[in-house]
Amino acid sequence: MSLKELSQFSALLSAPQLDQLTRLTADMSPLQLAWVSGYLAASASEPGQSQAQSGEQAQQLTVLYGSQTGNSRGVAEALAQRAAEAGWQVNLTSMGDLKPKQIKDESLLALVVSTHGEGEAPDDAIELHQFLASKRAPKLDGLKYSVLALGDSSYEFFCQTGKDFDERLANLGAEALLPRVDCDVDFEDAAEQWQVQLLEALAPHQQARTQTHTSAVAGGFSASDYSKQKPYSAELLVSQKITGRDSDKDIRHVEIDLGESGLNYQPGDALGVWFNNHDALVEELVSVLKLDGDAQVSIKDQTLSLQQALLEKRELTQLSPAQVQAWAELSGDAELQAIASDKDALRGFIHRHQLADLAKRWPVSVEPQQLVDLLRPITPRLYSIASSQAEVDEEVHLTVALVADEHYGDTRFGGASHFLAAAEEGQTVRVYVEPNKHFRLPDNPETPVVMIGPGTGVAPFRAFMQQREADGINGNAWLFFGNPHFEQDFLYQTEWQQYLKSGVLERLDVAFSRDQAHKVYVQHRIKEQGEALWQWLERGAHLYICGDAERMAKDVHQALLDVIADHGGKTREQAEAYLENLRADRRYQKDVY
Amino acid sequence: MSEQKLAINEYLKTDSDYLRGTIKEGLDSQVTGAFSDGDQQLIKFHGFYQQDDRDLRNERKAQKLEPLYSFMLRARVPGGVCTPEQWLGVDKIATELTSSNSIRLTTRQTFQYHGIPKRNLKTIIQGLDREALDSIAACGDVNRNVMCNPNPVESRLHAQAFEWAKKLSDHLLPHTQAYAEIWLDKEKLLTTEDEVEPVYGKTYLPRKFKMAVAVPPDNDVDVYTNDLGFIAVADNGELVGFNLVAGGGMGSTHGEVETFPRLADDFGFIKPEDTMKFAEAVMTVQRDWGNRVNRKRSRLKYTIVDHGFDAFKAEVEKRAGVKFEAPRDVTIGDRGDRYGWVKGVDEKWHLTLFIEGGRIIDYPGKPLQTGMRELAKIHKGDFRMTSNQNIIIAGVAESDKSQIEQIAANHGLLVDVSPSRGHSIACVALPTCPLAMAEAERYFPEFMDKVDALQARHGIAEQPIVVRMTGCPNGCARPFAAEIGLVGKAPGRYNLYLGANFEGTRLNKLYRENIQEAEILAELGALFEGYAGQRLTDETFGNYCVRSEVIKPVIDAARDFHG
Repeated sequence: MSLKELSQFSALLSAPQLDQLTRLTADMSPLQLAWVSGYLAASASEPGQSQAQSGEQAQQLTVLYGSQTGNSRGVAEALAQRAAEAGWQVNLTSMGDLKPKQIKDESLLALVVSTHGEGEAPDDAIELHQFLASKRAPKLDGLKYSVLALGDSSYEFFCQTGKDFDERLANLGAEALLPRVDCDVDFEDAAEQWQVQLLEALAPHQQARTQTHTSAVAGGFSASDYSKQKPYSAELLVSQKITGRDSDKDIRHVEIDLGESGLNYQPGDALGVWFNNHDALVEELVSVLKLDGDAQVSIKDQTLSLQQALLEKRELTQLSPAQVQAWAELSGDAELQAIASDKDALRGFIHRHQLADLAKRWPVSVEPQQLVDLLRPITPRLYSIASSQAEVDEEVHLTVALVADEHYGDTRFGGASHFLAAAEEGQTVRVYVEPNKHFRLPDNPETPVVMIGPGTGVAPFRAFMQQREADGINGNAWLFFGNPHFEQDFLYQTEWQQYLKSGVLERLDVAFSRDQAHKVYVQHRIKEQGEALWQWLERGAHLYICGDAERMAKDVHQALLDVIADHGGKTREQAEAYLENLRADRRYQKDVY
Repeated sequence: MSEQKLAINEYLKTDSDYLRGTIKEGLDSQVTGAFSDGDQQLIKFHGFYQQDDRDLRNERKAQKLEPLYSFMLRARVPGGVCTPEQWLGVDKIATELTSSNSIRLTTRQTFQYHGIPKRNLKTIIQGLDREALDSIAACGDVNRNVMCNPNPVESRLHAQAFEWAKKLSDHLLPHTQAYAEIWLDKEKLLTTEDEVEPVYGKTYLPRKFKMAVAVPPDNDVDVYTNDLGFIAVADNGELVGFNLVAGGGMGSTHGEVETFPRLADDFGFIKPEDTMKFAEAVMTVQRDWGNRVNRKRSRLKYTIVDHGFDAFKAEVEKRAGVKFEAPRDVTIGDRGDRYGWVKGVDEKWHLTLFIEGGRIIDYPGKPLQTGMRELAKIHKGDFRMTSNQNIIIAGVAESDKSQIEQIAANHGLLVDVSPSRGHSIACVALPTCPLAMAEAERYFPEFMDKVDALQARHGIAEQPIVVRMTGCPNGCARPFAAEIGLVGKAPGRYNLYLGANFEGTRLNKLYRENIQEAEILAELGALFEGYAGQRLTDETFGNYCVRSEVIKPVIDAARDFHG
């Protein structure tokens, strides 16, 4: 629901009420909105009931999530829906929206959290994560909880954030309803199992009264939105290479028509894209492994050809450690077995290999069903949306870098980026919107924005600019962009030039790393412009970083600390506290991957 | 008249604070590889043009990228003479700082770089400065690079003529410190107009101004195609003065008959000591009388036509304070280069290398640029760039001859050239020149193969014919002074001009308009057949075309060229 629509009810609500409602709903996902509407409708239809509830401590299940890419949130939402269907009064909320101290008011807590990079918590979980380890953390004797941790086992600190939460809650006296579940990249099955088990474990704690909400709340979830599980089949309008012909990179500007889907998104959101694997890759695998593509295999309760299973159902471009270990077993190859048993080596290995490399280099004899069982289900990829509906209406634009690496003389592509790059005009692409309320333009149009987006990280800032232009906001926008070469890799160059000319974009600082003897990156530009940047921050600017998490976001973070320390006259600790405050105030937002 | 609106460049010059404009700000802008429109005119005075790769325009538009801007920088090398040390510096810059990875010898005895990104301009200019080279006034509405016959044989006379070329170039250089400030980081000085530009003033000349010094009988500098030419007059191998010629120029516009190419008029003999007075007088009359309203009519040639030869001559004499004497008899001969080894009167050897299209680059199996670098490493004399886009390894001692020859041969620098190809030139044109309407440099070698074959078929392979091709009528390769002139109209289409003489003292005239290769070759085939059968003893192709009335001669360009 938009603000405009809300204002139609202003006759019914007082100004403060309207304000509260607006704030409450502004960042909600369609699913959340649907749930809230169901919840409110149910409350209204039973006069007296809500009064009675507020009089005593209602038994409530709080589902907390800490999510960077939306997976944790997805699981949390699914759990909330199941719980509501089972008659629970559910409070579904992001960790970032919970005041840390409030945790002591909770009695039943389900917690879903992911881990990033070297054991780091997602942005919205940082505050609570730190709070629970601090001296201020309260006793939580009366709390019963369960943690579902998401992670990637190819990293050293697998599911570390989830482990931390589990440990910290237990240390504070809380009681685990279930042993913690750590999920790998293919989390779906394990996550579903956890939900079922958790609801069983919760059942004894349920109070009969809350049953009354069931029908209405469940009804709230039945809104027929397109979702990850139920994507919209959209039409691909354009896949245009936007790097020059001499570029080392192949980056595409992709335009997709959302047609009559009714899918809406806001600047900062991501688009989930389902894809099929490339025909050539499937053919290669089938042929290298000497299999019959027509052989029948079954996945869950579906029977289909091996060919179709590999094309549509199975992940072929990202290896898991378990797969390499299994492959090492199958092949009996000593070299591969050595790698598979060395965690560090394995981690590096899976980033430099795909299944097809394994199949070619370490041939094994494998049955079709065995192969399918070995592989993880294909999962959609998320792309930061590069457009605003204020500008492009029913379209959605993406900025997609084609992942293409040389492995033993073969070019191995990224699954989704290859699919989008090879897609032809008019082709169907299955998509859904993944909201990211932790990456939002400021509510106040007067607030300056500083956008740091090298490489494809520039995508959401194109959306920001489109939105601000449509909103008639002039200036107060500063973009840092970087890439290897000015002539070849200046993504959306002519558009930024227009925005500068019209004044929608006030400043643009660029770093082209390979155009001179020494490499220059955005963090260098940030430091060069430190004084001005500090002034912007002091004027209340919001900071946004989008792009590579591994190196760029960290280097930029360090550069920002330097700027704050040098130009704000602060110690290292004070600078860190300053940036932390910005983060807590939602003035320092990241969309990194 | 004072109310009349001047050409836009005049206002740009006036407002530029002596050629500074906003070039510095433009250099600092990170978001574009281009300069502002106004600065694009001013940067020419600093020696470079903004260009873009025209092959990629549409492609890059779809990629949401601006055109692939780059700059063509032309050095100022009076008389085309440079040292091996300078050459090594020039070569290093080409390799490290340009995307074309080549050195392009020009038709005006200098070299230019193509494909310079904006961010490298300053580094390049500073690099040239370290080699005592610059690009001041290599382009723009000023006196351009002064040409001088590089005659290595008459070494004493050449030295004297070259001395004058250098003096003329230095004396008529703009005085503004803009170049030093912007490119060499010199401090800005506060100066008045008189101090800044005593000769030019704040609006410089109405248009470009070209000078050449010829040493007869060679006319490789094509002296009559220049705004101002000095034809050396020698007595017993000593320079005694010059025949001054003025009012030549090639540039014209397709379809605009008020524009036309023209050869210079003979004004008379002057003594060496009066050279500077006359040069300054001709230039300042043009400065004051030249057309500043219509840039297409602003070259000196139109000033002379519009004011009349006599009035112009009288004004020049008045300003110089000296009268012209009657022209001395000189013989104007060959415009080509003497390929291979020749020995000078100083007993030194000189090796002229044919450089196709003037492009010094490492081709597969023909590493010309590497070869030139290797030569520069060991050569003890100097290099001389010729107005036919070739280069002379000058001043080689007898004892070094074989080593030089070996290096040249090993790098594909010694090639057999047909007589016509050796006399022929083409401009750069596509893809970088913004004016080009058709190919020239990229297509010309293939075209000359066909001309060679035609000449061979008609048994006239030994007859040199001056063939010149340009992508537009601006005339960089002096096509209107060629026996066979081809001027681009559209991709693959050219105007064919005939009737200029071999020596370069008569212009050609349009023979066929807007024709393609097959038609061009058919026309030439028919003409060659006639020429082979009917030519008189020693009759050149250009003279044959006029005598046999294939084409009418151009005697007075203003009247005859379009007539």
